Amino acid sequence: MEAVFSDFDEYLKAFGLTLLLFVVSGAASLVLGLFLAALRVGPVSIMRRAAALYVIMFRNTPLLMIFVFMMFAMPRLGVTFLFVEEVRIGDWNPSAFFTRASLALTLYTSAFVCEAFRSGINAVPLGQAEAARSIGLTFGQSMRLVVLPQAGRAVIPPLTSVQVALLKNTSVAAAFGMAEAAYYMRTSLNNHADQRPEIFLMIAIGYVVLVELVTLSSYALERRWKVA
Amino acid sequence: MRLIRTKAALATAALALTMAACGDAGDDGEAADTPEVEVEENAADEFDEGTRMRELAEAGSINIGVKFDQPGIGFKGATDDIPQGFDPEIGKILAADLGIAPDDITWTETISDNREPFLESGEVDLVIASYSITDERRAVVGQAGPYYETGQQLLVHADNDEIEGVEDIKGMEVCSVTGSTSLDNVKAEGAKPRGFDTYSECVDQVLDGTVDAMTTDGAILLGYAAENPDELKVVGDPFSTERYGVGYSPDAPEMCEWINEQLTEAFEDGSWEEAFEATLGLSDVETPETPELDPCQG
Repeated sequence: MEAVFSDFDEYLKAFGLTLLLFVVSGAASLVLGLFLAALRVGPVSIMRRAAALYVIMFRNTPLLMIFVFMMFAMPRLGVTFLFVEEVRIGDWNPSAFFTRASLALTLYTSAFVCEAFRSGINAVPLGQAEAARSIGLTFGQSMRLVVLPQAGRAVIPPLTSVQVALLKNTSVAAAFGMAEAAYYMRTSLNNHADQRPEIFLMIAIGYVVLVELVTLSSYALERRWKVA
Repeated sequence: MRLIRTKAALATAALALTMAACGDAGDDGEAADTPEVEVEENAADEFDEGTRMRELAEAGSINIGVKFDQPGIGFKGATDDIPQGFDPEIGKILAADLGIAPDDITWTETISDNREPFLESGEVDLVIASYSITDERRAVVGQAGPYYETGQQLLVHADNDEIEGVEDIKGMEVCSVTGSTSLDNVKAEGAKPRGFDTYSECVDQVLDGTVDAMTTDGAILLGYAAENPDELKVVGDPFSTERYGVGYSPDAPEMCEWINEQLTEAFEDGSWEEAFEATLGLSDVETPETPELDPCQG
């Protein structure tokens, strides 16, 4: 225990980075995933196919592979993302490593988010969309005003699972330059060979708490959006 | 018909000759022949009943954990049958005293994270894997030695003039293996640690310019710099002391005295020096003084 409590600051910082990776790639994957889902159910055939191809590409490859591609192949192709280091947000600036890790997580998770949204949209009876179109709403309007609000409710549980998976998937970044929770765990394990079970326990507690926060807020959303 | 056959024979012979010549040329640059070890006969009788050394000698085989990704220290290429490096050489010296020939040694890859668990569970009998001696580790497993002392240094791109030593790394991105003490040390110096799974991935990052420097024990860095002298260089003085020890099971404390005896013998009869020159010595490092062994506890 004392291994963790002696540098509790570092422990919190490590989980802070885990959380930051999760929030950034979680938000980005929701946006990209929703966009892809809209394409997949949309009326334009080429877009439907493009979105389907995206899902095939990124849902069917291991996350580790996407990370390896981002970290080792992209720099060889001249894409290093070093320009993001010029950006400053307050006294924090994103590093190229953070950008690449978030991008890998976003690309991967978006495929799952897309499919979760699609399942929600499919759960809305077709008549709803037809009725919306028949009163003269455009595709965009019928999505925004009729289908998505109903799909939104159905989609919360599967989306939560996808986001929880993302939160835990951030640990893959430990081997790609990110000093997040899993990195902290491996460093402490190496430095305190005599306190391994305690270190595992502390890291597990950290993840359980973070995941529980995500799950509880999803329950709260579910209750709020419930139709009486 | 006969003429054709003679021609074919000549051609084959010529081909064989050129290939042999190629083989010779190749050998010079690569890791040269490793020194022979003298395998003890009837080794089991020399050890008391009930000791781990006797068990191993009677079994005639031993399982040694080494690194597979550190050139010069412990490295196994994709096409190699056995790992090469200073650590495996030390392993061969120890095994020979148990009457175990190099061919009967099973080499298991150990990474920084699993060395203690492998020793505790008996998965390996010895760990010789750039295994720095620390008090925390000695609390859970046995560590005899040290058989080698080195220090942490920095590896940078050859055209990098900004970093000349550890004092220049504040705010820089420095990579090493995730979980290693080396990364912790540079973090304490104000650098941004970038952890990777293997040293070779980290070297790639230096070559690609996505990190500013790589850090770990000087011996390992020299191995990489020697492989790629036009693009990489090692800078600065060592800023830590790492003392590599031989890890053994906590259930077999009797191994400590035996390992220290064998190391002392190897220091004295020159086999330690030979092992060094055939491995780490290839990257133009002078053979250091033999380190002073820690006395065995209790």
